[in-house]
Amino acid sequence: MSFQQVIYPSLAFILLAPVVGLVFSGYDRVLSSRMQGRQGPPFLQPLYDIVKLFNKEATVVNRVQTAMVIAFLIFSVFTGCIFFVGSDLLLVFFALTLAEVFLMLAACSTNSPYSSMGSQRELLSIMAYEPMTLLTAIGFYMISGSFNVSEIINRDVPAIVELPGMFAGFVFILIIKFRKSPFDLSTSHHAHQEMVKGVTQDISGNVLGIMELAELYETVLMMAIVALFFITKNPFSYVWAVLACFIVYFILILIDNVFPRVKWEKMLLVTWGVTFALGGANLLILDMIKIAEGW
Amino acid sequence: MKISKSPWLLHYDASSCNGCDIEVLAATTPVYDIERFGIINTGNPKHADILVITGGVNAQNATVVKQIYSQMPDPKVVVAAGICACDGGIFKDCYNILGGTDTVIPVDVYVPGCAVRPEALIDGISKAIAMLDEKKQAAIEHASCQIHYEDKED
Ligand code: SF4
Repeated sequence: MSFQQVIYPSLAFILLAPVVGLVFSGYDRVLSSRMQGRQGPPFLQPLYDIVKLFNKEATVVNRVQTAMVIAFLIFSVFTGCIFFVGSDLLLVFFALTLAEVFLMLAACSTNSPYSSMGSQRELLSIMAYEPMTLLTAIGFYMISGSFNVSEIINRDVPAIVELPGMFAGFVFILIIKFRKSPFDLSTSHHAHQEMVKGVTQDISGNVLGIMELAELYETVLMMAIVALFFITKNPFSYVWAVLACFIVYFILILIDNVFPRVKWEKMLLVTWGVTFALGGANLLILDMIKIAEGW
Repeated sequence: MKISKSPWLLHYDASSCNGCDIEVLAATTPVYDIERFGIINTGNPKHADILVITGGVNAQNATVVKQIYSQMPDPKVVVAAGICACDGGIFKDCYNILGGTDTVIPVDVYVPGCAVRPEALIDGISKAIAMLDEKKQAAIEHASCQIHYEDKED
């Protein structure tokens, strides 16, 4: 891989991902309020929020926290760059977990009980969704013979044809990943939950701005993985992929507005159930087809 | 871009009879929908720009009100919602009531009414939102004045 092949996609991701992320969260805010029968905020509201946050002072509780939040941003960006240069999907998932770990460390570095409770719940969320992300990576390997994103998109049939179960499972864990109800245990964009703001409790002002920015990068990365299920050699497949991303996001918003929050035991049980039922079955069938072809 | 485009709100019930609280919540319902202005009702003082206080301040919660106010990052504004929060209202002569919100923290907007009408509250909050920008501008000017002052001292 040449220097230019790395630097251009990375730069494009760093500059464009916040814009795309803002489109998704604007879509979220407007659609959510319409679903609740309200006029709701303008489409650009997430942009206003972030600009405001960067204009505010931060009440810094300790130095470690700010450093950790910055590390969270750096690793989120780094993870996205790995993906968009077409590199290893497994590495993407591991680096993403590392980013998440920094967020948890930021949350438990303070002595606010809400914040540390939030970080524990974040840990449980990771425990719930991590198996599915690994299965997804394995699924992609099974059909394309490589973990590299550049090779996964260089095929004739879209991955969703062979990995429908993986796709459904992955969309399911996106609910946890985006902290949407019913699985918004660690923190939520909605007001008043039992532990106030959870993970972001002690993060304020411009430091919260950094964290929101990192979340935009993560949103774009996760939606890109959704798109990975649809992209083929054919350039038209990109249109389908974008369409699929918006439909998936719509489903996530709908679920967010319909279901109340559940306890962590239930989250773990349901998510692992879905992982084994959809992801596991998909993997098994793929394996059987492979063996049959071998005969 | 103005910071007043995204005012996040924190509502604290000092010693309200709950009449005003219900009206504050009514303002967030689809009928009045304060999220039109980008207002989010956050429960966390560290995320909030506007502090809405209902009810008069009493001996027990005076320290709480002060603490919440000090936890909010600058720039911030305070709205006293309802006549009790403005000056103690009907409970003014009670043995435990210190008076309105301004007995413990500086108040920017007073919204009268018993209970405060959601329309009046939204009007008051939009006045407070405008003040957010003024305060930010004042802080910037203050900072630049200080830099000039330090330059001269050198
Ligand atoms: S102003 Fe009226 S409704 Fe509001 S807290 Fe006071 S007594 Fe209750």
